[in-house]
Amino acid sequence: MKHVISVLMENEPGALSRVVGLFSARGYNIETLTVAPTEDATLSRLTVVTVGSDEVIEQITKHLNRLVDVVKVVDLTEGAHIERELMLIKVRAVGKERDEVKRMADIFRGRIIDVTDKSYTIELTGDQDKIQAFIGALDRSAIMETVRTGVSGIGRGERILKL
Amino acid sequence: MELNGADIVVRCLADEGVEHVFGYPGGAVLYIYDAIFKQDKFQHILVRHEQAAVHAADAYSRASNKVGVCIVTSGPGATNAVTGIATAYMDSIPLVIISGQVPTAAIGEDAFQECDTVGITRPCVKHNFLVRDVKDLAETMRRAFYIARTGRPGPVLVDIPKDITVAPCKYVPPKGEISMRSYAPVNKGHQGQIKKAVQMLLAAERPMIYTGGGVILSDASAELRKLADQLGAPITNTLMGLGATPGSDRRFLGMPGMHGTYEANMAMQHCDVLLAIGARFDDRVIGNPKHFAQNARKIIHIDIDPSSISKRVRVDVPIVGNVKDVLQDLSAQYEVARADTKPASIEKWWQQVEAWRERACLKYAPSDEVIKPQFVVEKLWEVTGGNAFVTSDVGQHQMWAAQYYRFEQPRRWINSGGLGTMGVGLPYAMGVQMANPGADVAVITGEASIQMNIQELSTCHQYHLTPKIVCLNNRFLGMVRQWQQIDYGSRYSESYMDSLPDFVKVAEAYGHVGLRIERPADVEPALREAFKKHKDRLVFLDFITDRTENVWPMVKAGRGLTEMLLGSEDL
Repeated sequence: MKHVISVLMENEPGALSRVVGLFSARGYNIETLTVAPTEDATLSRLTVVTVGSDEVIEQITKHLNRLVDVVKVVDLTEGAHIERELMLIKVRAVGKERDEVKRMADIFRGRIIDVTDKSYTIELTGDQDKIQAFIGALDRSAIMETVRTGVSGIGRGERILKL
Repeated sequence: MELNGADIVVRCLADEGVEHVFGYPGGAVLYIYDAIFKQDKFQHILVRHEQAAVHAADAYSRASNKVGVCIVTSGPGATNAVTGIATAYMDSIPLVIISGQVPTAAIGEDAFQECDTVGITRPCVKHNFLVRDVKDLAETMRRAFYIARTGRPGPVLVDIPKDITVAPCKYVPPKGEISMRSYAPVNKGHQGQIKKAVQMLLAAERPMIYTGGGVILSDASAELRKLADQLGAPITNTLMGLGATPGSDRRFLGMPGMHGTYEANMAMQHCDVLLAIGARFDDRVIGNPKHFAQNARKIIHIDIDPSSISKRVRVDVPIVGNVKDVLQDLSAQYEVARADTKPASIEKWWQQVEAWRERACLKYAPSDEVIKPQFVVEKLWEVTGGNAFVTSDVGQHQMWAAQYYRFEQPRRWINSGGLGTMGVGLPYAMGVQMANPGADVAVITGEASIQMNIQELSTCHQYHLTPKIVCLNNRFLGMVRQWQQIDYGSRYSESYMDSLPDFVKVAEAYGHVGLRIERPADVEPALREAFKKHKDRLVFLDFITDRTENVWPMVKAGRGLTEMLLGSEDL
């Protein structure tokens, strides 16, 4: 099953390598990974999306907790939470395609953020399903380039990951 | 007080109470070595290869429960140390490794003797640091010691660029304990979980105690012995846990696992409550986890590292905590509960266990003509009264040492259990003897393993270290040959060692005593000569042993724990 794991860790050089090294050394999957400092600059927040059986996920969270730089770990998937990912996608837009692509972006609440006479670049935010659905809705041959940030996640309501 | 970085390193070591440091100088650590020259708080032991420095520091820690310390230079100094670090990591040994690094400004420029030490060692240390500012140096050193010795212990590396070691900085001696928001090991066990365990143990009709290196590391042998008395259950110690239970204790069934005893493995498989203490159900101990799980039993698992729990085997009552603390609480709770609830009778279980024991699985065919390796270990046990510190290398001799030298005390059996590093035996003996001057130290080794760090005979001579090297010389890579015989149609691919040196002359060339023993009748006299007449010398005893003796019992890799081969007749 897919799990979204959030990690609060010291904003130190090498901390990210320790997390990534753990996944590769123990043969765990990383589907997406995103990391940036929090409002407290001494802490980084990392979100990793991984796939595994309950046993594997339990080991992953235990091993993450074992890292000396890691302050807190939470498996967001265990409770109500919100996932978001940002995608920038450059799409061929010539002739009547221009209207069609524009309409599609509107339907998915994407924003066109760059325009040339041959292309649109669209910014789209959502969970992975939505992003996938948007890609699926476009003409495959029209997609020139995509870049995705990977999933960020946060607990709903009072569910907080903080020091 | 203003010092330079190198002086701060030395001061920090002194403040930690370090008495011995193993190392090898080089360009990047010259300021540190200059500071060492000017101090008299600790002794530096100059090894002949950095790998041996780490092994020696590792064994120093295993034998004394202090943090082992070593110093290596950048580049090849650090890469040579990696095998030693990985060895200590696998067995959870607290070490602080100080490595030199090229000056900060040169990092990343492919400078002479530069390597990414922090990157290379990251997967095999508990933690590591690259010191980028001399102001962080003292605090980093303190954290290194703190992290190494607390929680599940392990090696911590501190990489120090050369410019940091010469930079001036104010030194403030440490005050109070270290506290880190991201690292807070739990020592006390959960009382509710302990209560559950007590109830389970009281109801057990076929209880079994299985203990590992965690009991040794947390110095909990006394607590374990008390609990064993309370429960009266059979007990097994893994390769890493030998000595926690006295070898002479009737309840002790020997070691479990791939080369464990018949009775220990049968009891592990057929018990109804398994109390696992500071052990990790590894592949050499329980064999195939699916086969192990076939028998229904309740498992209680005490370990300081949550990630060791339910890793290979699902457990029913996990208790996270320091083994020593948890055992104290468990004993106390058991005592109280026993007054209310009478423990179930385990008499029938013991009858079964004794029946298994009667198979006498460690019996071997003695010989008047050829020296049996098991016989040498038995005689060593006799001659040393079972009280020597015994280090071993890795292979058949290691298993025979574990099976036939019945340890009475913890921290006497020093070997590489997790990583299985050939070549540790001699440097391990150096570390053991530095920690225990005057004690009898034996190295049980083979003609292949000993050659992997034989240069340390020179270090032994320099520091008057006098281990007795018991070399079980069968002219084969014995364990490889055994597997090839059993699983690879007796095709002995590259497992034969030709052109062996004359070890007697090698020993003599390094200034030691060498003896070659070729007849069984000479085994005991030679050992007595080594431990009595040559007590103050290093003696290399080259025992020419039975070439094709195998280690029995054996559970083949991937097989179930009770699928044992008891001897060549089972092949």
